[in-house]
Amino acid sequence: MTVGLSHYLVISAILFSLGLFAILTRKNAIMVLMGIELVLNSANLNFVAFSRFGRMNLEGHIATIFVIILAAAEAAIALAIILNIYHNYFSVNVDEIDKLKE
Amino acid sequence: MNLVDIVFYAFAVLIVVSAFIVVFSKNIMHSAFALMFTLLGIAAFYVLLNADFLAMTQIMVYIGGILILIIFGVMLTTRLTNVDIKKKNIQIMPAAILTAIIGGTLCGVFWNTKWMSFYAPYVDTTADYIGLILLTNYILPFEAVSVLLLVAIIGAALIARRKA
Repeated sequence: MTVGLSHYLVISAILFSLGLFAILTRKNAIMVLMGIELVLNSANLNFVAFSRFGRMNLEGHIATIFVIILAAAEAAIALAIILNIYHNYFSVNVDEIDKLKE
Repeated sequence: MNLVDIVFYAFAVLIVVSAFIVVFSKNIMHSAFALMFTLLGIAAFYVLLNADFLAMTQIMVYIGGILILIIFGVMLTTRLTNVDIKKKNIQIMPAAILTAIIGGTLCGVFWNTKWMSFYAPYVDTTADYIGLILLTNYILPFEAVSVLLLVAIIGAALIARRKA
Protein backbone atom coordinates (compact mmCIF):
# COMPACT_ATOMS: atom_id res chain seq x y z
CA MET A 1 0.00 0.00 0.00
CA THR A 2 1.12 3.50 -0.68
CA VAL A 3 2.86 5.43 2.09
CA GLY A 4 0.60 7.88 3.88
CA LEU A 5 0.41 9.82 7.10
CA SER A 6 -0.14 6.71 9.26
CA HIS A 7 3.17 5.16 8.25
CA TYR A 8 5.17 8.14 9.47
CA LEU A 9 3.13 8.28 12.67
CA VAL A 10 3.73 4.60 13.42
CA ILE A 11 7.48 5.01 12.92
CA SER A 12 7.45 7.97 15.29
CA ALA A 13 5.45 5.95 17.85
CA ILE A 14 8.09 3.20 17.71
CA LEU A 15 10.85 5.77 18.17
CA PHE A 16 9.00 7.34 21.09
CA SER A 17 8.59 3.97 22.82
CA LEU A 18 12.26 3.10 22.38
CA GLY A 19 13.35 6.49 23.72
CA LEU A 20 11.04 6.12 26.70
CA PHE A 21 12.47 2.67 27.39
CA ALA A 22 16.00 4.06 27.28
CA ILE A 23 15.06 6.88 29.68
CA LEU A 24 13.45 4.44 32.13
CA THR A 25 16.04 1.69 32.16
CA ARG A 26 19.54 2.98 31.43
CA LYS A 27 21.74 3.94 34.34
CA ASN A 28 24.23 6.08 32.48
CA ALA A 29 23.12 9.72 32.36
CA ILE A 30 24.37 10.11 28.80
CA MET A 31 22.18 7.19 27.71
CA VAL A 32 19.22 8.96 29.31
CA LEU A 33 20.14 12.00 27.25
CA MET A 34 20.17 9.89 24.07
CA GLY A 35 16.72 8.58 24.97
CA ILE A 36 15.50 12.15 25.30
CA GLU A 37 16.90 12.91 21.84
CA LEU A 38 14.98 9.94 20.42
CA VAL A 39 11.74 11.17 21.98
CA LEU A 40 12.28 14.72 20.67
CA ASN A 41 13.01 13.37 17.20
CA SER A 42 9.80 11.34 17.18
CA ALA A 43 7.85 14.47 18.11
CA ASN A 44 9.60 16.39 15.33
CA LEU A 45 8.72 13.68 12.83
CA ASN A 46 5.07 13.97 13.88
CA PHE A 47 5.11 17.75 13.42
CA VAL A 48 6.61 17.53 9.95
CA ALA A 49 4.35 14.66 8.86
CA PHE A 50 1.20 16.50 9.95
CA SER A 51 2.50 19.62 8.26
CA ARG A 52 3.08 17.73 4.99
CA PHE A 53 -0.28 16.03 4.94
CA GLY A 54 -2.18 19.10 6.13
CA ARG A 55 -1.99 21.16 2.94
CA MET A 56 1.73 21.84 3.38
CA ASN A 57 1.13 24.24 6.25
CA LEU A 58 4.57 25.29 7.43
CA GLU A 59 3.70 26.08 11.05
CA GLY A 60 4.75 22.54 11.92
CA HIS A 61 8.19 23.24 10.48
CA ILE A 62 8.48 26.28 12.76
CA ALA A 63 7.62 24.14 15.79
CA THR A 64 10.28 21.64 14.70
CA ILE A 65 12.90 24.37 14.37
CA PHE A 66 12.21 25.56 17.91
CA VAL A 67 12.38 21.99 19.22
CA ILE A 68 15.77 21.49 17.54
CA ILE A 69 17.08 24.75 19.03
CA LEU A 70 15.89 23.82 22.51
CA ALA A 71 17.36 20.32 22.14
CA ALA A 72 20.75 21.82 21.31
CA ALA A 73 20.65 24.12 24.33
CA GLU A 74 19.44 21.29 26.55
CA ALA A 75 22.20 18.93 25.38
CA ALA A 76 24.89 21.55 26.08
CA ILE A 77 23.61 22.30 29.59
CA ALA A 78 23.00 18.63 30.41
CA LEU A 79 26.52 17.62 29.36
CA ALA A 80 28.00 20.45 31.42
CA ILE A 81 26.07 19.18 34.44
CA ILE A 82 27.13 15.59 33.72
CA LEU A 83 30.79 16.62 33.52
CA ASN A 84 30.46 18.35 36.88
CA ILE A 85 28.85 15.26 38.40
CA TYR A 86 31.67 13.14 37.02
CA HIS A 87 34.27 15.36 38.67
CA ASN A 88 32.55 14.86 42.03
CA TYR A 89 31.42 11.22 41.89
CA PHE A 90 33.74 9.66 39.24
CA SER A 91 30.70 8.02 37.65
CA VAL A 92 27.58 9.23 35.90
CA ASN A 93 25.08 6.63 37.10
CA VAL A 94 21.83 8.36 37.81
CA ASP A 95 20.89 5.98 40.63
CA GLU A 96 24.01 6.75 42.67
CA ILE A 97 23.75 10.53 42.57
CA ASP A 98 21.72 11.28 45.67
CA LYS A 99 23.59 14.04 47.48
CA LEU A 100 23.21 17.75 46.94
CA LYS A 101 26.27 18.53 49.04
CA GLU A 102 29.33 16.65 50.13
CA MET B 1 4.84 0.26 -5.07
CA ASN B 2 6.73 3.20 -6.49
CA LEU B 3 10.20 4.48 -5.76
CA VAL B 4 9.16 6.81 -2.93
CA ASP B 5 7.58 3.92 -1.02
CA ILE B 6 10.68 1.75 -1.43
CA VAL B 7 12.87 4.60 -0.14
CA PHE B 8 10.47 5.11 2.77
CA TYR B 9 10.57 1.47 3.81
CA ALA B 10 14.37 1.29 3.48
CA PHE B 11 14.84 4.29 5.76
CA ALA B 12 12.12 3.05 8.13
CA VAL B 13 14.08 -0.18 8.59
CA LEU B 14 17.29 1.82 9.10
CA ILE B 15 15.67 4.04 11.73
CA VAL B 16 14.01 1.26 13.71
CA VAL B 17 17.03 -1.09 13.66
CA SER B 18 19.50 1.61 14.67
CA ALA B 19 17.15 2.90 17.36
CA PHE B 20 17.00 -0.63 18.77
CA ILE B 21 20.81 -0.68 18.79
CA VAL B 22 20.84 2.69 20.58
CA VAL B 23 18.56 1.43 23.31
CA PHE B 24 19.77 -2.13 23.78
CA SER B 25 23.51 -1.96 23.08
CA LYS B 26 25.69 -2.66 26.09
CA ASN B 27 28.49 -0.44 24.83
CA ILE B 28 27.59 3.23 25.09
CA MET B 29 29.92 4.14 22.22
CA HIS B 30 27.99 1.80 19.91
CA SER B 31 24.80 3.50 21.05
CA ALA B 32 26.22 6.89 20.17
CA PHE B 33 27.19 5.76 16.68
CA ALA B 34 23.85 4.03 16.11
CA LEU B 35 22.16 7.29 17.10
CA MET B 36 23.88 8.89 14.11
CA PHE B 37 22.11 6.49 11.73
CA THR B 38 18.77 7.14 13.41
CA LEU B 39 19.22 10.88 12.97
CA LEU B 40 20.29 10.41 9.34
CA GLY B 41 17.16 8.35 8.70
CA ILE B 42 15.01 11.09 10.23
CA ALA B 43 16.71 13.61 7.93
CA ALA B 44 15.85 11.37 4.95
CA PHE B 45 12.24 11.29 6.14
CA TYR B 46 12.26 15.08 6.20
CA VAL B 47 13.40 15.05 2.58
CA LEU B 48 10.58 12.65 1.70
CA LEU B 49 8.15 14.97 3.51
CA ASN B 50 9.27 17.94 1.43
CA ALA B 51 11.05 19.66 4.33
CA ASP B 52 14.39 20.41 2.71
CA PHE B 53 15.42 23.16 5.13
CA LEU B 54 14.64 20.98 8.14
CA ALA B 55 16.59 18.07 6.68
CA MET B 56 19.71 20.21 6.40
CA THR B 57 19.11 21.67 9.88
CA GLN B 58 18.76 18.16 11.27
CA ILE B 59 22.05 17.05 9.74
CA MET B 60 23.95 20.17 10.81
CA VAL B 61 22.56 20.67 14.31
CA TYR B 62 21.86 17.10 15.41
CA ILE B 63 24.63 15.14 13.73
CA GLY B 64 27.16 17.94 13.54
CA GLY B 65 26.44 19.41 16.94
CA ILE B 66 24.48 17.41 19.48
CA LEU B 67 25.88 14.03 18.54
CA ILE B 68 29.48 15.29 18.64
CA LEU B 69 28.71 16.80 22.04
CA ILE B 70 27.31 13.47 23.25
CA ILE B 71 30.37 11.58 21.99
CA PHE B 72 32.61 14.09 23.78
CA GLY B 73 30.57 13.49 26.91
CA VAL B 74 30.95 9.72 26.56
CA MET B 75 34.70 9.96 26.09
CA LEU B 76 35.16 12.39 28.96
CA THR B 77 33.10 10.47 31.49
CA THR B 78 33.98 6.83 30.80
CA ARG B 79 37.29 5.06 30.96
CA LEU B 80 37.36 3.44 27.54
CA THR B 81 39.74 0.65 28.46
CA ASN B 82 37.90 -0.20 31.64
CA VAL B 83 34.84 -2.36 32.11
CA ASP B 84 33.22 0.80 33.41
CA ILE B 85 31.85 1.53 29.94
CA LYS B 86 29.46 -1.43 30.11
CA LYS B 87 26.57 -0.46 32.29
CA LYS B 88 23.85 -2.64 33.69
CA ASN B 89 20.27 -1.60 33.34
CA ILE B 90 17.64 -1.23 36.01
CA GLN B 91 13.90 -1.82 36.22
CA ILE B 92 13.75 -3.83 33.00
CA MET B 93 10.44 -5.58 33.48
CA PRO B 94 8.22 -2.69 34.69
CA ALA B 95 9.72 -0.40 32.05
CA ALA B 96 9.18 -2.99 29.31
CA ILE B 97 5.54 -3.49 30.28
CA LEU B 98 4.89 0.26 30.51
CA THR B 99 6.65 0.98 27.23
CA ALA B 100 4.83 -1.86 25.43
CA ILE B 101 1.47 -0.54 26.65
CA ILE B 102 2.21 3.04 25.62
CA GLY B 103 3.78 2.10 22.30
CA GLY B 104 1.03 -0.35 21.40
CA THR B 105 -1.66 2.17 22.24
CA LEU B 106 0.05 4.88 20.18
CA CYS B 107 0.56 2.58 17.19
CA GLY B 108 -3.05 1.36 17.35
CA VAL B 109 -4.44 4.87 17.58
CA PHE B 110 -2.21 6.19 14.80
CA TRP B 111 -2.99 3.26 12.52
CA ASN B 112 -6.75 3.04 13.03
CA THR B 113 -7.67 6.72 13.03
CA LYS B 114 -9.13 8.06 9.81
CA TRP B 115 -6.84 11.03 9.30
CA MET B 116 -8.06 13.86 7.13
CA SER B 117 -5.04 14.19 4.93
CA PHE B 118 -4.72 16.80 2.24
CA TYR B 119 -1.73 15.90 0.15
CA ALA B 120 -0.55 19.17 -1.33
CA PRO B 121 1.68 19.18 -4.42
CA TYR B 122 5.40 19.39 -3.93
CA VAL B 123 6.92 22.82 -3.51
CA ASP B 124 10.41 23.72 -4.69
CA THR B 125 11.79 25.12 -1.47
CA THR B 126 10.43 25.84 1.96
CA ALA B 127 13.28 28.00 3.24
CA ASP B 128 11.96 31.33 1.94
CA TYR B 129 8.49 30.81 3.37
CA ILE B 130 9.91 29.63 6.71
CA GLY B 131 12.04 32.77 6.86
CA LEU B 132 9.00 34.89 6.04
CA ILE B 133 6.77 33.57 8.82
CA LEU B 134 9.68 33.33 11.24
CA LEU B 135 10.21 37.08 10.94
CA THR B 136 6.53 38.08 10.91
CA ASN B 137 4.23 35.81 12.91
CA TYR B 138 6.94 34.23 15.04
CA ILE B 139 9.24 37.18 15.65
CA LEU B 140 8.76 37.13 19.45
CA PRO B 141 9.62 33.40 19.91
CA PHE B 142 12.50 33.88 17.48
CA GLU B 143 14.04 36.67 19.57
CA ALA B 144 13.28 34.86 22.84
CA VAL B 145 15.01 31.72 21.63
CA SER B 146 18.08 33.70 20.57
CA VAL B 147 18.34 35.13 24.08
CA LEU B 148 17.85 31.63 25.46
CA LEU B 149 20.73 30.30 23.34
CA LEU B 150 22.99 33.06 24.68
CA VAL B 151 21.98 32.15 28.23
CA ALA B 152 22.63 28.49 27.50
CA ILE B 153 26.11 29.20 26.11
CA ILE B 154 27.11 31.28 29.13
CA GLY B 155 25.51 28.83 31.57
CA ALA B 156 27.16 25.77 30.03
CA ALA B 157 30.58 27.41 30.06
CA LEU B 158 30.09 28.51 33.66
CA ILE B 159 28.84 25.12 34.89
CA ALA B 160 31.43 23.02 33.08
CA ARG B 161 34.39 25.07 34.31
CA ARG B 162 36.16 23.38 37.18
CA LYS B 163 36.55 25.31 40.35
CA ALA B 164 39.99 26.84 40.65
